[in-house]
Amino acid sequence: MAIPLTYNFRNLIVRKTTTIMTAFGVALTVAVLLAVLAMVGGLKSALEATGDPLHVLVLRKGANSELVSNFSREGFQDIKFKAGVARGKSGEPLASLELVTVINLVSVDAPDGINLSVRGLSPVGIEMRKDLTLVSGRWFDTGKREVVIGESIAKRFPDAQLGKKLHFGTGDWEVVGLMSAGQSATNSEIFADLNQLSSDYRRSDVLSSTLLEATDSVAADALVKNLDSDQRLNVDAILEKDYYNKQTSSALPIESLGILVSVIMAVGSAFAAMNTMYAAVARRSKEIGTLRVLGFSRGSILASFFTESVLLAALGGLIGIVLVLPLSGATTGIGNFSTFSETSFKLRVTPGIMLTGLAFAVALGAAGGLLPAWNAARKEVLAALRQV
Amino acid sequence: MFRHLPLMLKNSWRNRRRTILTILSIGVSLCLLGFLMAIYHAFYLSKPDQYSALRMVARNRVSLAVPLPQYYGERIKQLPGVREVSVNQWFGGIYIDEKHLFAQIATEPSKIFLIRPEISIPAEQKKAFIGERTACIAGRALAEKYNWHVGDRITLKGTFFPVDLELTLRGIYDAPIADDVLYFDQEYIEQGLPADQRGFIGTFDILANSTDDVPRVEKAVDDMFRNSPYQTKTETESAFALSFVAFLGNVKFFLLSICAALTFTILLVSGNTVAMSVRERVREVGVLKTLGFTRGTILGIILGEAVMVCLVGGILGVGLASLLVLLARKGAIFLQQLQHLTIVLPVAAMCIGIAAMVGLVSAFVPAYNASRISIVEALRSED
Repeated sequence: MAIPLTYNFRNLIVRKTTTIMTAFGVALTVAVLLAVLAMVGGLKSALEATGDPLHVLVLRKGANSELVSNFSREGFQDIKFKAGVARGKSGEPLASLELVTVINLVSVDAPDGINLSVRGLSPVGIEMRKDLTLVSGRWFDTGKREVVIGESIAKRFPDAQLGKKLHFGTGDWEVVGLMSAGQSATNSEIFADLNQLSSDYRRSDVLSSTLLEATDSVAADALVKNLDSDQRLNVDAILEKDYYNKQTSSALPIESLGILVSVIMAVGSAFAAMNTMYAAVARRSKEIGTLRVLGFSRGSILASFFTESVLLAALGGLIGIVLVLPLSGATTGIGNFSTFSETSFKLRVTPGIMLTGLAFAVALGAAGGLLPAWNAARKEVLAALRQV
Repeated sequence: MFRHLPLMLKNSWRNRRRTILTILSIGVSLCLLGFLMAIYHAFYLSKPDQYSALRMVARNRVSLAVPLPQYYGERIKQLPGVREVSVNQWFGGIYIDEKHLFAQIATEPSKIFLIRPEISIPAEQKKAFIGERTACIAGRALAEKYNWHVGDRITLKGTFFPVDLELTLRGIYDAPIADDVLYFDQEYIEQGLPADQRGFIGTFDILANSTDDVPRVEKAVDDMFRNSPYQTKTETESAFALSFVAFLGNVKFFLLSICAALTFTILLVSGNTVAMSVRERVREVGVLKTLGFTRGTILGIILGEAVMVCLVGGILGVGLASLLVLLARKGAIFLQQLQHLTIVLPVAAMCIGIAAMVGLVSAFVPAYNASRISIVEALRSED
């Protein structure tokens, strides 16, 4: 027969100081893990949300990012009319030649400036990005030094606001609009007119990449194969989704350091939990004896103390979750080594992440509780009763 | 106080399991704290060595990804206080496949040994490297990693340069830092580029005459190009390296907040243990008082025991951290500061100091309460 759970709850409450201290130790461990997971999760969802499954990104052969790719206008004409490229409302192929470069903006917490991607494109490029909406202002006019900035840039950089001017290239650019693209990485970009931007950077014929829209997903895959194998074009084609998914690796340093830290902290906390549980077992020697006399088996004693340790750690896990909840939704940014610029994203403490934290705490409590529970179960009835 | 050392030792050893668990718990947490503090120290507090202190890096103000005109080098060279200038171009090519990452830097072979005097290489290898356009030299660590020997062919596939390089290894050098870099002649890239892309490079390495000249040169270079289309940002070699760390996010804040969380955790663990053991010994305190021990002595004995246990944990932690540091060195390709990460003396002292302080702080409340309890009450206690 199992010992009722209320027995464990009451014990935890009776020794509240010890319970709270141990639980807080676990809570801090869980909080560190969750903060890191929330960061990595936020970055991943931002990058995964970017890219349309029908879009194909074309780069110069060997280039692994838009920033380092070169693409000439002539090359663009060659691929624009490939089979499988969808047509827009006006009947023109949905193909957008784009220029991507990096600028440096100064922000409050980075006086040396943070790098941001600037994308030069023509109206067809905006038409192709269907999830892109204008939050306020208007789109830039062709041939003018005007930019539209992503929502998360506006939140993080005081200089980048509607009506203000940004200095890059060879002069000032007026911010005329604010755009939103849900969670996607486009929120960290600045859009400008292709021709104006390329002449500013003296790259009128050395642009970066071409974005194509395929008629359907089968055509998209075929287009990738077709372009990749065309020796004469000398380009690499990749589905836009895959391109952004690959960039999640920029979170790797933070992710691995964070996981290392939380695992080591967990080892420390497990020892502490073990300590608390051993003390609990020692103090309740007489109780254990009594329980045995009442007919509870060794197995149920083991289960009871083990459960108590898990409960203690789970309490810590819950406190840990509460500690990180305020972080959820906070916007932050991380340097992305494939774009050499910053990708902003929102920290996300999702239910999945919370469950992971709770599971981590329970595992920690189980590791710390097993030996003390075993110790409790092994006590001889008479010896236990006689102990002071 | 030290008179009672044997008593403290005996007391702490009475509940062996608890003491060991506490030491392990504190040791593991302090190991992490020591490791993170070592990283912090390496990033923000360590002084550059005598060679590095004389070197500066000039890059495009906008971004490292935007190049500078090569003729800037000549103009920088003419500034007072500048001894030598060399181009430094990150090639970022692919060797075998994308997983084999290492630093490939295009430079001017005749100047690199002036700018980096800490590089030591046999004279004939040096001569061979300078005399041949497709030659390269590699650091000992890198050469050992790929089992390269002098005379080997190394092929690098260009990524952002539309050029593939067929290099011949002409030398293997030794250096106290950055001994995992491949250097080759920048002219080799230049020749493979189309005419309209030539004449641009990534950064300039600048060697100053003396450390006093460094801040002056930094300012002079940036001032000189302030009104040109390619503005520069010049900073010391170590500041330049730090900008990569800053790129990863707010690392400083990240490190400090984890350190704070850790210290607090240790405090909780230690406080909990001390409280537990004091609670169990209230009656003993009564006996000690009956025997004539003063309140102060009792306070001292309990505090001393806690500090002792924490100190042992601290020493264990520093030991473990030294092992952890060895692991970290292997993972650091781009962050020079981490390649020789060690638990330096100030970090070790800080760790042990934190351990002692945690012992004191965490034990104070239970010890104070125990020392104030009246004899009658203490003797009557049932715990």
